[in-house]
Amino acid sequence: MDITNNDFIHMYKIMVRIRNFEENVVELFAQGKLAGFVHCYIGEEAVATGVCQNLNKNDVITSTHRGHGHLIAKGGITKYMMAELFGKQTGYCKGKGGSMHIADTSRGILGANGIVGAGMPIAVGAALSFKYQKTEQVAVSFFGDGASNRGSFHEALNMASVWDLPVIFVCENNMYGEFTAQNRHQKINNISDRAASYGMVGLSVDGNDIFAVYEAAFEAIKKARQGGGPTIIECKTYRFKGHFEGDPQEYRTKEELATWKKKDPIIRVKEYLIHNKIADINSLKNIEKEMEEEMSESVHFAENSPDPLPKSALEDVYTDLVEEERL
Amino acid sequence: MKEISYSEAIRETIRYEMKRDDKVLLFGEDVTIGVFGVTKGLLEEFGPNRVIDTPISEEAIAGTAVGVAATGLRPIAEIMFMDFIGLAIDPIINQAAKMKYMFGGKITLPIVFRCAAGAGIQAAGQHSQSLESWFTHTPGIKVVYPSTPQDAIGLYLSAIRDDNPVLVIEHKLLYAVKGEVEDEFNAIPLGIADIKKEGDDVTLVATGAMVYKALRVAEELEKENISVEVYDPRTLFPFDKDRLFESITKTNKVVIVTEENKRGAFSAEIAALIAEEAFDYLDAPIVRLGAINTPVPFSKVLEEYYLPGTEDIKKAIKSVL
Repeated sequence: MDITNNDFIHMYKIMVRIRNFEENVVELFAQGKLAGFVHCYIGEEAVATGVCQNLNKNDVITSTHRGHGHLIAKGGITKYMMAELFGKQTGYCKGKGGSMHIADTSRGILGANGIVGAGMPIAVGAALSFKYQKTEQVAVSFFGDGASNRGSFHEALNMASVWDLPVIFVCENNMYGEFTAQNRHQKINNISDRAASYGMVGLSVDGNDIFAVYEAAFEAIKKARQGGGPTIIECKTYRFKGHFEGDPQEYRTKEELATWKKKDPIIRVKEYLIHNKIADINSLKNIEKEMEEEMSESVHFAENSPDPLPKSALEDVYTDLVEEERL
Repeated sequence: MKEISYSEAIRETIRYEMKRDDKVLLFGEDVTIGVFGVTKGLLEEFGPNRVIDTPISEEAIAGTAVGVAATGLRPIAEIMFMDFIGLAIDPIINQAAKMKYMFGGKITLPIVFRCAAGAGIQAAGQHSQSLESWFTHTPGIKVVYPSTPQDAIGLYLSAIRDDNPVLVIEHKLLYAVKGEVEDEFNAIPLGIADIKKEGDDVTLVATGAMVYKALRVAEELEKENISVEVYDPRTLFPFDKDRLFESITKTNKVVIVTEENKRGAFSAEIAALIAEEAFDYLDAPIVRLGAINTPVPFSKVLEEYYLPGTEDIKKAIKSVL
């Protein structure tokens, strides 16, 4: 595993970019400037960042309803994401998708997804495509503990395994499937245990430790590129926010949240970088400042972008047809 | 011209496209043999990387097709019986059909979903349904329903080359039906109907296997000096309403027969289009025939009762004359 100091610093920057983007989103939502369902990734940044640091631009990911972190880690541009959250014409989806449907196929982002567990078969398809085309690309499917109970999990993992496809299933076990705690929705503690039934390697790592995530992803992705087939990586983590913005979070205690906040993945990596003299506090502060400025610009861009034209709602259903007007 | 079966027409067209374009892959349950033998022989020609038997996992078959198409290939994904499509409904309806729109147009998903539909072989309630209205109701997917070998060739060529998800419905009773086809493979654009028989007194809209019942009725009614025009839309979406209205302008009467359960059927959409946009040309109420509103029964006697028959069609036609 060859990880350089620059890689460490880059990952710190990505994590801060995700955190900063979402802190802005939380505030804008509270101010009533953003609508719809917004699911925040705050607290889970190490997973997307550590995995995507191992990916090339032409590798692909499938994301989830909690997708901002995956998109940013895979190279998504925050101003187009923010504009999409505002429903603006300049947004990634021209205002037709919102938070749960942002995609950027030019960067291998096959979409956030509003259906829990839907990304796994799609990633399997991308991997089948790479195997057929004899490229060394890989597909990564991010999903949560809740999605591990979907039929699509079983079907996709079995198919990936029997065909030895270059796909990595990254389970973000944040302890809750929506409002329901893991011990109330499945009997097992380690979702990676399920790998054995697919003849697949599965491992569980501390999802708030970016180095553990990076290392696990590095090995799994290398194996997949070499034709070694799929892997499940379960990353144990926790979301600091509710299932969605506005969730009163009656299903968990403040004490539990406080315990996990002590394991904040960004603080951990920051302390590591400083302690090991990989970066000094000023250079990290500069990164934080740079990200704050990027988000201010993103919000400014979004707020000052035009709304879509109402009639543009009729476009983009098909490549070659425009839908009819109401009357 | 040569005579081949509907089944051969589908196979030969898939073969033609797979030879022409190495981006075309075929996968589904037992496709290397084919439960109706439609895709038999393609494995030997194109190998196991392009003709792929899948596990019995309909959701993953359809979801895989989305991922394959999103990364530059042109998958043909088979859902063996249309009845099983309920198991694959999320990847078809929430993923394939919506992604382009939800992503602001920035993805292209050239997918053919193919499935065998229809009753008539005593396969009962879970292997005989006609569920086209589930998909014509859904924005983002085209729906094609060939009735003859020639139409199967032309529509399959267009479906495989189309850059959108296309559902091709094949009627299982038609696989053995033979018909004349051109020696060349020529595409039939999606959204162009075909007048299967010209006539002056009444327009009879029919799809799939019902086209043959419609043609039989038309032939029999000739003897009674009733001239029936048989209109086969061939593509349910996009739907060729211009050609239909042209026919109605001439006949001023219309009967619609499909094999769907009548309640909420696609035939109701056709009837509504006529009522909304061609009302002035009608001299009689629109009559719609479909299957009775029950699951498909097993017994031969019950199955025959379930389906609209030639006597029903004749009676309907006479009611509007």
